[in-house]
Amino acid sequence: MSTPYAKLPAWADYGLIPLINLSVAFIVAGFVVMLVGENPFRAAVILVEGAFGKGTGIAFTLFYATTFIFTGLSVAVAAHCSLFNIGTEGQAYIGGLGIALVCLSLDSVLPWWVIFPIAIVAAAAFGALWGLIPAYLQAKRGSHIVITTIMFNFIAASVMVYLLVGALKPAGSQAPQTRNFLAGAELPKLNWVIELFGAKIRSAPLNICFLLALVMAFLVWLLIWRTRLGYEMRTYGHSPKAARYAGISETRIIITAMMISGALAGMMALNPVMGDQHNVAIDFVSGAGYVGIAVALMGRLHPVGIVLAAILFGMLYQGGAELAFEMPAISRDMIVIIQGLVILFAGALEHMFRPYIQALFASVSPKSVGMQAVNGKGA
Amino acid sequence: MDMFNAIIQVLDSTIRLSVPLLLACLAGLYSERAGIFDIGLEGKMLVGAFAGASAAAVFHSALIGLGTAVLISVAFALVHGFASITHRGNQIVSGVAINFIAAGSTIILGQAWFQQGGRTPALQPGERFAAITWPGADAIKDVPIIGPIYAELISGHSILVYFAFAMVPFTWWVLFRTRFGLRMRAVGENPAAVDTAGISVAWLRYRALICTGVLTGVAGAYLSMVQNGGFVKDMTAGKGYIALAALIFAKWKPVNAMFACLLFGFLDAAAIRLQGSPLPIIGKVPVQFMQALPYVLTVILLAGFIGKAIPPRAGGVPYVKER
Repeated sequence: MSTPYAKLPAWADYGLIPLINLSVAFIVAGFVVMLVGENPFRAAVILVEGAFGKGTGIAFTLFYATTFIFTGLSVAVAAHCSLFNIGTEGQAYIGGLGIALVCLSLDSVLPWWVIFPIAIVAAAAFGALWGLIPAYLQAKRGSHIVITTIMFNFIAASVMVYLLVGALKPAGSQAPQTRNFLAGAELPKLNWVIELFGAKIRSAPLNICFLLALVMAFLVWLLIWRTRLGYEMRTYGHSPKAARYAGISETRIIITAMMISGALAGMMALNPVMGDQHNVAIDFVSGAGYVGIAVALMGRLHPVGIVLAAILFGMLYQGGAELAFEMPAISRDMIVIIQGLVILFAGALEHMFRPYIQALFASVSPKSVGMQAVNGKGA
Repeated sequence: MDMFNAIIQVLDSTIRLSVPLLLACLAGLYSERAGIFDIGLEGKMLVGAFAGASAAAVFHSALIGLGTAVLISVAFALVHGFASITHRGNQIVSGVAINFIAAGSTIILGQAWFQQGGRTPALQPGERFAAITWPGADAIKDVPIIGPIYAELISGHSILVYFAFAMVPFTWWVLFRTRFGLRMRAVGENPAAVDTAGISVAWLRYRALICTGVLTGVAGAYLSMVQNGGFVKDMTAGKGYIALAALIFAKWKPVNAMFACLLFGFLDAAAIRLQGSPLPIIGKVPVQFMQALPYVLTVILLAGFIGKAIPPRAGGVPYVKER
């Protein structure tokens, strides 16, 4: 799909435009806060202080960010191959099933550092398998990946509810969740890292999954820009025709990309399940898969951008909780609106301000937009 | 006779449960036929439900409620249009955004305005759409077979139910018998040809989206003002997505859409009715299986195992005029 817009310098493309879009999203969110009868500036201060003011806040922010790095990377890997994976939510949910099976059967015998790698593999495998079916249907039967992944989110939810009120629930318990894992399946916390900087932390769930997320971000960068497979994925993403002409197998590339995407989504479950709750409960993903869409768009599908965007959303989640505490009129659902606005302005309306910025660049220095300085035939 | 009554009851709740699906499904039909994918049906229904219930509660009028529901829902449809038609943004992304904004804002505004934990005040009789009893329904109620069918199934629904079913032939007529319908279908298949004929692609698509907004607004109003006496947070609970599934299942055709929605409504009604009680031959069917069935069926259909669902060819692609 060719964009009908001329090129901008990279710093404007990757820095200025996202920043403008983000600002607009926050300004509109500010209006919503005003509509509710609160002061948007005070809300913003509470939000940022809640997220970064204290050690505990920072730890929570990074804990949420960990989750969003995984889902953001998942959406991004598929998007590089021009596949819109809305199924991250369901893949993460099913990934949780894999972790549950590993932890429930091994947590009494093995220490965490043996269980953790096995759980990673299980989570990734279950997530990948849940991504495989829509991918296969897209590649072989031409069914639209967006629709099938949406359907698979609902199917995943039904499967998990069925298992959690049935087979996975310990006998005699009413709550639809697995039994709590033993110490063998609890991941070590990372709070001491923040405490090194002199901050005090009262129990926060930040755990080593954060490091795993950063490693995965690096591996995704390596995959997309430094390997043959990544090159093929990007080629297919830019032009399926060109990819076919170059002898790239469509089926193979779609299925591989979706399985990697599903695996990353599945690994997201490690963070809340093994790092925080120590059980698998109904709806533990709670929309993180959809946040991944916002994170991936915000981060412009680049791992560095995704990590930054994930921290931004982690800040919104943690600060939002504080905000709900301080301003009773604003509940945590404010974050849902902000997410929506970010997706709208940074995603769907990403080209809205581009023509104006291009015109601005063209009038200041025509060369910067790759144009001859003859006449200003802009966007 | 007990068996017969049970069947009548299930069919009656089938009709009630399939109405919001049908309205949303027809709504999606207009926009997708015009080449605009609409994941945001769910969100538009939700804002419609919220706006309808709030306005009805504040102004004490069901009609004002319905009008507001339609208005707000159309406004959201226009945002989708602004992003995906005017600015050629990704239609899926825009739809996802609308769902998020709808889910968050209905709760925040509901809490700020009514302080009932995201609910709107319970609607009084005059503020809801009451059931209409057809002439003679009470008189023949006791006649075997025909009586219950007439009194329970045909009579005794609110005006919005009849509206929803009337929209099926109407949509068919608009789509296949009017100039607007022809052009709308053309713009979903081959916008360049429509453009060549001197017709504005953008304006046609905007009009299709307005139709979508109107119908999702009515669907939302039905949920909060007929099925339920007020708005409850997240009350659409995935119905917008089931409607989307029904639309694909119906292969983008209005009459098929009605049958698809009735089928999905029936599955829902049966799941509620059975609640885990065993069926003959098959045995006990888990509720979750019944709930997942619409999605499973849609996936199987999409995979081309029951006929082939071919979407409008230009769906999802922003139209760029050649220069």
